[in-house]
Amino acid sequence: MSLARRIIPCLDVDGTRVVKGVNFVGLRDAGDPAQLAARYNAEGADELVVLDIAASRDQRPTFLETIRRVAAELAIPLTAGGGIRIAEDARAVLRAGADKITLNTAAVARPDLISETSLDFGAQAIVLAIDAKREGDHWTVMVRGGRESANRDAIEWAKQGVALGAGEILLTSMDRDGTKSGFDAALTAAISSAVSVPVIASGGAKLPSHFVEIFTEGRADAALAASIFHDDIQPIRGLKEFLAARWIPVRLPC
Amino acid sequence: MITLLDCGVSNVASVERALHRLGAESQRATTPECVSNARALLLPGVGHFEALIRVLDDRNLRVSLIDTIRRGIPFLGICLGLQALYDTSEEAPELTGLQLLSGRVRALPPVAKLPHMGWNRLVTKHKSQLLEGVDANDAYFYFAHTYAAVELGEETVATCSYGTEFVAVLEKENMCAVQFHPEKSGEAGAQVLRNFVRLSA
Repeated sequence: MSLARRIIPCLDVDGTRVVKGVNFVGLRDAGDPAQLAARYNAEGADELVVLDIAASRDQRPTFLETIRRVAAELAIPLTAGGGIRIAEDARAVLRAGADKITLNTAAVARPDLISETSLDFGAQAIVLAIDAKREGDHWTVMVRGGRESANRDAIEWAKQGVALGAGEILLTSMDRDGTKSGFDAALTAAISSAVSVPVIASGGAKLPSHFVEIFTEGRADAALAASIFHDDIQPIRGLKEFLAARWIPVRLPC
Repeated sequence: MITLLDCGVSNVASVERALHRLGAESQRATTPECVSNARALLLPGVGHFEALIRVLDDRNLRVSLIDTIRRGIPFLGICLGLQALYDTSEEAPELTGLQLLSGRVRALPPVAKLPHMGWNRLVTKHKSQLLEGVDANDAYFYFAHTYAAVELGEETVATCSYGTEFVAVLEKENMCAVQFHPEKSGEAGAQVLRNFVRLSA
């Protein structure tokens, strides 16, 4: 018996609002996080991710309040992240109602953050977010919202992160993000084959066929997208029916 | 009124929110007295077996918890709250569980990706009170765990398979437990909680 492939809407939050943009620039308002969360919960989303894109210290209380408001609407798991630098940040996010946290830039700077949080909260609560960009014949890890190279091989970093205690990988293709040209199946398959934990593919989704491709060729365990759900370009229910008709196991909402 | 045992190591708030959505009243308990006075008891759990057992012992909750369950009040264990009912766990071999069920909780075999995290289905073995009104062989439930009770018994009413078959739902008189997270399992999970609320009334 196999696990259902998960469909995960992502809310990029700036303060109290959901925003969207292409390659992290040109942000536009896309709605209230709690309202969107309630809608996706009802439409059959398998999980929700909320990312604090500002990730600034003084905005922290606002983000935690957003997590509380979103969690109140959900009967599905919630992952939250953006700007988590120390174990106490992680604790605050989990206390606010998240089931899992994402670690990104701070984990690259100090990989022990993964093992510390994994020991405190369990591997199932730790999602290592990797922003990867193709460079020649390999993929390199990008940090600071995709603006800087960490000069680190993405596959090696994924393996190291799992060895340190990450329970899942949220893999974003910086080459595909915002392009709507499909997920990066080659990148995702390479990472998924290299690690023993589930991989969430992100970046580039538009068409239902993109999801079929990432779950088959891309060997993804879950697929994440933002604007196509916010704009109702691709309703979740219809997407899942499309996948089920192609023998991809999904949880169909009743 | 459902009493949630708050051990500080699990996400009690999410179970609280789920019960609130169903219109059920709940309160948190952190002391042996509160546990003993409970009319219905829920033990949520996520994280490490050792962390949970240590809190139960450090706060002298073990005896009152065992007595309260034995006295016959409705009990629901979730995830680690299921695993804690057994004798021991491979996750912390030196510690003793609540020993309300015999057997050892074991690591899932590494033949598939671990943790077992995501939505999976059940196979029912016996008629179940918790699964009443759920299309139990079709519905998906959310799991997030690496260890599981693999020794099936009379009390096993439904199993799940991931590398091996393990206990997903158990019911033994007043004592119920689920390995999945009903508070995170959409409408199917809400129905399981609704059934427990009904058993607690």
